[in-house]
Amino acid sequence: MIHFKNVRKRFRRAEVLRGIDLDVGRGHRIALVGSNGAGKTTLIRCLLGEYICDGEVRVNGLDPRRHRTEVLRHVGFVPQIAPPLKMPVGQLIGFAAGVCDSDPQRMYDVSMRLGLDARRFSGQPFNKLSGGQKQKLLISIALGRDCDLLVLDEPAANLDPEARHAFFGLLAERQARSAMIISSHRLDEVAALVNRVLELDRGEIVLDDHVADQVDMAGLLDCHLTLTRADAAFAETVREWGFTDEADGRVWHGRVAGPDRLRFLGVLSRYAGLLKGIQLQEAVGDEEKVRASLA
Amino acid sequence: MKHLLLTARADVSESLRSRWFLLYALVFGGVVVALFLSGLTESRVMGFTGLSRVLVTYLQITMAILPLFVLITTVRSVAGDREAGIFEYMLSLPVSLASWFWGKLAGRFFVVFLPVFLAMLLAVAWGAARGADIPWAQVLFYTGFLVSLALCFLGIGMLVSTLARSSDVATGTAFVVWLALLMFMDLVLLGLLIRHGLPSEGVIGIALVNPLQVFRTASMMLFDPQLVLLGPAAYVILDHFGQAGFLAWALVYPALLGLACAAAGYRVFRRGDLP
Repeated sequence: MIHFKNVRKRFRRAEVLRGIDLDVGRGHRIALVGSNGAGKTTLIRCLLGEYICDGEVRVNGLDPRRHRTEVLRHVGFVPQIAPPLKMPVGQLIGFAAGVCDSDPQRMYDVSMRLGLDARRFSGQPFNKLSGGQKQKLLISIALGRDCDLLVLDEPAANLDPEARHAFFGLLAERQARSAMIISSHRLDEVAALVNRVLELDRGEIVLDDHVADQVDMAGLLDCHLTLTRADAAFAETVREWGFTDEADGRVWHGRVAGPDRLRFLGVLSRYAGLLKGIQLQEAVGDEEKVRASLA
Repeated sequence: MKHLLLTARADVSESLRSRWFLLYALVFGGVVVALFLSGLTESRVMGFTGLSRVLVTYLQITMAILPLFVLITTVRSVAGDREAGIFEYMLSLPVSLASWFWGKLAGRFFVVFLPVFLAMLLAVAWGAARGADIPWAQVLFYTGFLVSLALCFLGIGMLVSTLARSSDVATGTAFVVWLALLMFMDLVLLGLLIRHGLPSEGVIGIALVNPLQVFRTASMMLFDPQLVLLGPAAYVILDHFGQAGFLAWALVYPALLGLACAAAGYRVFRRGDLP
């Protein structure tokens, strides 16, 4: 599906990509990780045909620069930093749906699933939305159309736990028929979403590893936490994850989206001294109840 | 074509919401109102009076304001969007680069031309309401000149905008371009060039390739067919072009120059890195 052959990109004296060779097939969900300046964004921009580069880039056999519209019609892209667009939300959706030959209603539907009523904001300038709202809208535009390649740059960084769960569910619906490239600075942010890890360092691929693919992206984990004592900061943190207090701030219960488990454990690690017990197990039950519990 | 129209529409609505457009529209509307309030229609200068006098004065003022407004606002469109990171996202959507570039130009043209044209129509309507004769031929020619001038500076603006890597550099370059054209329009400067031995044909040649001077001369020609106001330079122009030929030149040349600049800008845009 994606083919990179000896791709090089240079900005004046600095060589940012140094001979990238890469093949990505349908069903591949790739974590593209690396520190700042490793070349992740440049690689994505070459893939989207936004940069001129040496070597060969092909998406479904086509050069993304020469066959922009044919290639990009199949690509859903969510940038890390939302563009400072002044156009109203409704117009942005209309524009995106128009150029993608998609139905705007599908984008509105996806935004509803992510917890954003985009119609309510349709007259509001995009740049006036909050960070989370912007990200939900950009995800809605990317997923509210037929595309079989998703390029996501830190896509869930600004999402609340409920929206993250909905987002993982949306990705799960597409995982068999799409390829995904999810860029992140930190592997633990995206590890549970992917089945392949690519690490870039100074413009070269230093790690290309296939990983276990057993996490149910739409799944949930039941979680019980027991503390040695109540703590206000801890309470505030777990409430953001939708947890409820069951015994004077010392016992907490909630649900965590399956792919979020590492991220959640990372949050808990900040309170390691307080934790007396952690119990995580797969939740079984009605999806609506689960969503309600997250809400 | 659909993508081009979508891009043009997006650019139009973005411009209509911006402060520069409000200021721009107010300036041109204000100029027309000021011309009427100053009693210009009743004044007689070199034998010209009524609506013709108002229109030619309006065109002279437009010539000074429109190019600068167009250049300053247009040069920020490509360079500014690139700098702000808008390209990374908007050009990840399946819109062709041609539709994007020319759609922006079309949208911007509509936004730039509309207030100037509406202000002129306001002058005509005002004149008609007061019982003045409407010089329809002049109105049509002036409309054509305005289209041509707006296209010319839009094209130059798009070229500068694609060449510059930052909006500050683009704005500075646009200002220098405008200043250079203004300097080569000034008849005093042309006089100095003649005094320093440049053949008159050369001086007139410079004037004829300067879109601002072409616009100015053509707008004068409509109420002063012998170009008495222009002095000896009129002989060269009328001998080479004739009146009809020069009016055609004034209608076509600035527009072609603008389109050529825009085409060069598109070529640069298409061949380079987008974000």
